[in-house]
Amino acid sequence: MIFLEQTLAILWKDIRCELRSKQTWMGMGMFALLVLVIFNFAFDLRVDNKAAIAPGALWVAFVFASLLGLGRTITAEREKGLMDRLLLCPVDRKAIYLAKLLGNLLFIGVVEVVALPVFAGLFDVPLFGALLPIVLLGTLGVAAIGTLFSAMAAATQARELLLPVLVFPLIVPVVISAVRATGDLMVAAPNQPPWLGLMVAFDVIFLSASMLTFEFVIKE
Amino acid sequence: MSHLYLEITKLKKNYGLKPVLRGVNLAIEQGQRMALLGANGAGKTTLLRILAGLAEPDGGQVYIDGLDVVHDAQQVRRLVGFVAHQPYLYDNLTALENLLFFGRMYAVKQRKERATMLLERVGLLKRAHERVSVLSRGQAQRLALARALLHSPRLLVLDEPDTGLDEEGIALLEAILNEHAQDGGTLLFTTHQFEHALQWSDHIALLSGGRMAYTRETRDVEAGSVRQAYQEVLR
Repeated sequence: MIFLEQTLAILWKDIRCELRSKQTWMGMGMFALLVLVIFNFAFDLRVDNKAAIAPGALWVAFVFASLLGLGRTITAEREKGLMDRLLLCPVDRKAIYLAKLLGNLLFIGVVEVVALPVFAGLFDVPLFGALLPIVLLGTLGVAAIGTLFSAMAAATQARELLLPVLVFPLIVPVVISAVRATGDLMVAAPNQPPWLGLMVAFDVIFLSASMLTFEFVIKE
Repeated sequence: MSHLYLEITKLKKNYGLKPVLRGVNLAIEQGQRMALLGANGAGKTTLLRILAGLAEPDGGQVYIDGLDVVHDAQQVRRLVGFVAHQPYLYDNLTALENLLFFGRMYAVKQRKERATMLLERVGLLKRAHERVSVLSRGQAQRLALARALLHSPRLLVLDEPDTGLDEEGIALLEAILNEHAQDGGTLLFTTHQFEHALQWSDHIALLSGGRMAYTRETRDVEAGSVRQAYQEVLR
């Protein structure tokens, strides 16, 4: 019960701080929209190549925008000494991880909700209901790893450089799965491996591993 | 019979290859108020960070109320209230929201009543609903003091708590420290002000080069002798 209360309290604090500063959401949202616009002009989109290009553009926008936000998750608190102050409290480190993860999911989710209609308009693709689980599972995988490694990178001097270098190689499987699963929605007869199952397995493994290792990562 | 509340034995801590604490021994009985002096880089903050559970020692033992700070870290955190030389508060939350948030972290019962009482005690009740970003440095430091008292800690650890406080703030700090001691609480603080060390403590310790160079009962020392010992260990 205390675990849940502490998790929700940290989440509430992060949301309230973000709503008042608006630093992360605005930056992430603008970045995602710009990436979609640039891709729309950069590629020669035709009906026959839309399914090959559009999913990649969407997930590049999501992943890059997510990294912007993930980089701020713990760095801002570390820089101001606030993470130390939080660690002084008798709070389960898993609660801190879970709250940060939920916060990241929420921040990225809002950006996705804004970016998806823009994507549908620019790339002239319909928004499928089946896209929801793909976006959820893909975002969860990126956020689970990103939250852990943002804690690791926050303790270093070259944190902005280190976070993408650490995160990108690890999220390759979930990003490929998400792109392929999204692409499958745009073709008439998809005959592909079970991408959703792969994403579920990825999320379960990395979420569990991140929960267990966060305590050691966040230590001095 | 006196109860040994804080016991530090042969405490060592390195940062990389550089030793910061080289075998510190210190004992504080329940209800004692100890001032820890030392030049910049003597290891005072490192010692306090270990007591607060923010850093792990590389050698030696630290017990607070019989609990090992490494193995019983979560229980120790409930016993310790920590004030750093910077307030470390959430700028975008109000004074009251900051206290309520940390109250949840410490699972404080009747949080709102306790937070309101403490805001009144540190003279910030009228500013309870203002964001920390608009508070002055001294007001934020008072709020940090209120936060440290939220969970009624038995050991109060303060790292240069007088930094940034005006005369009124200093008087308030002294009154709160005295109340804490009168309630049977134990106190360990660092300061660069000899006068504050003498006024607020009943024991004085001097840390130099990562070792405890001098410990005395405050009533046995004068400002001049502490200053002289301080100058000697600096040489």
